[in-house]
Amino acid sequence: MEKAVMAAEALPGITYKKKENRYRKYSPLLIMMVPGLVYMLINNYLPMLGIVIAFKKINFTKGLLGSEWIGFENFEYLFKTSDAFIITRNTILYNLLFIVLGTALAFICAILLNEIKNKLLLKFYQSVITLPHLISMVIVSYLVYALLSPDTGFMNRTVLPWFGVEDGISWYSEEKYWPWILTIVHFWKGVGYSSIIFFAALLGIDEEYYEAARLDGASRVKQILHITLPILTPVITMLTLLSIGRIFYSDFGLFYQVPMNSGALFNTTATIDTYVFRGLMGSGDIGMSTAAGVYQSIVGFLLVIIANYVVRKASKDNALF
Amino acid sequence: MKNESRGLTIFSHIMMFIFALVCIIPFVLLISASLTDQDAIVAQGYSFIPHTFSTAAYEYLYERGTDIVRAYGVTVFVTVVGTAAGVAITALLAYPLSRSVTPHRNLIMFVVFFTMLFHGGLVPSYLVYTQIFDLKNTIWALIIPGLLMNGFYVMMMRTFFQTSIPGALIESAQIDGAGEYRTFWTIVLPLSTPILATIGLFECIMYWNDWQLGMIYITEPQLFSIQNLLNRIMQDIQFITTNMSDNSGDAMQQMPTDAVKMAIAVIGVLPILVAYPFFQKYFVKGIMIGAVKG
Repeated sequence: MEKAVMAAEALPGITYKKKENRYRKYSPLLIMMVPGLVYMLINNYLPMLGIVIAFKKINFTKGLLGSEWIGFENFEYLFKTSDAFIITRNTILYNLLFIVLGTALAFICAILLNEIKNKLLLKFYQSVITLPHLISMVIVSYLVYALLSPDTGFMNRTVLPWFGVEDGISWYSEEKYWPWILTIVHFWKGVGYSSIIFFAALLGIDEEYYEAARLDGASRVKQILHITLPILTPVITMLTLLSIGRIFYSDFGLFYQVPMNSGALFNTTATIDTYVFRGLMGSGDIGMSTAAGVYQSIVGFLLVIIANYVVRKASKDNALF
Repeated sequence: MKNESRGLTIFSHIMMFIFALVCIIPFVLLISASLTDQDAIVAQGYSFIPHTFSTAAYEYLYERGTDIVRAYGVTVFVTVVGTAAGVAITALLAYPLSRSVTPHRNLIMFVVFFTMLFHGGLVPSYLVYTQIFDLKNTIWALIIPGLLMNGFYVMMMRTFFQTSIPGALIESAQIDGAGEYRTFWTIVLPLSTPILATIGLFECIMYWNDWQLGMIYITEPQLFSIQNLLNRIMQDIQFITTNMSDNSGDAMQQMPTDAVKMAIAVIGVLPILVAYPFFQKYFVKGIMIGAVKG
């Protein structure tokens, strides 16, 4: 009652008052968000400002502000070397392979899972094929080492002799094998996981479609081709486009741990992420690696925007934003 | 038609069985190799059935186990504290974003969302955490950078709050006189255990498996997590002989090097393999929740 009178008296200020009340009323909600937002400020936004160091000659003793400005010099050096080409090529080609083949494999795997009606076995398969996703890349590198170690590995000591190759292959210094090895390891670790994503989408398809098809005499394979596939196409397209948006980023652990950070394999295993990391850890050029990092951030960002724009054009619901 | 359908089912079983086998087989090799006598490994290499059974590698690790125990301590501490703090701040940020009454909701949504699109990258993050905040060689370096919270989990949780907690419930609680904090604590959180468990599980796995933060920020061996210890040992098996108490040349000679490499990986992965049957249900469900949102 009193409040109403006061509000009426201060008519010009009424909207202001209302806003203030709203802040006061919901201040608990605002306070709740503080820890998370502070974290994002420190963890995400401060480093965004930090990309200016790519335009500086980095000197750790002088600190961030003390280092001198050198403009685009870091970038010039980076793009003059063959490194820039190799790491860009590797990052993009591996990603393209992983996207195209990975989607196909995960889709096929989801279809096969969907054919399995035995609940217990289905659960068993699901848990086992997602297990590799749970293991750290360090452990994966040990598993690969057990297979590929030049002196004691299962490949060199057991498998190759079956085929009459007694000398063995020094896997960790021959770059030509690595596109195969990395691809196999990537799929071993990830196909089960992504097939569960597709499988979840499959479960959402209305059983009536299949029933109608069965009445019309469509075989199971035909049902998959003419019902399952078309219904899942939007999901597949969207996931693919979103991964294209992330094509400038690579699975750092895969490319760093699994080849054991072997310098001899640079040509086929270096990606932008491993390059930046090596620069920071002192086994590369910090200026150039910072430039590579900024190059990745900016091109990556543009690709996300473009990919999302394309998705949005096709179907607004599937777009990220 | 019946036959064709059954054929497909059998085919599916065969394919999934092979796939499951491929997923498990490397672990079998790892465990078998760790239980093989050193001389047999030198003679025949790692194999799926130990030529000469031996637990020497584990005895060796057990005798010199302080580093491993400490590394486990670090990993467990980081996982527990990181997951608890991460889930808490994620929920606290996601809940107000799910309420339409929150002032500046759209702006804050954008602030959260933008972090998913643009990254400063590794070098600037490193500078922030070492030059502004002196995290290098502290346990916090294994908890705070990058892993504590991410935009994707905030979005996932917000979607859950929006779709699974009826607005009417919140309203009626507030009509009954519950404040915002109380509503959140006694009404919203108890109804949100599925999403809290899912995100908690994902964070747990992330912390348990992380080796990158240790590699970037930690140089002191006392602060190594189990993953970093594994990493170090693989890079240089001698690390174990120089850093564990007894440092005589004799010990180096007797060390079952090749089996120890595998044994230590087994020790690193065993807790996950043992715990997996208990949480696999939630893991698979969690992937599906993430997917539906995706």
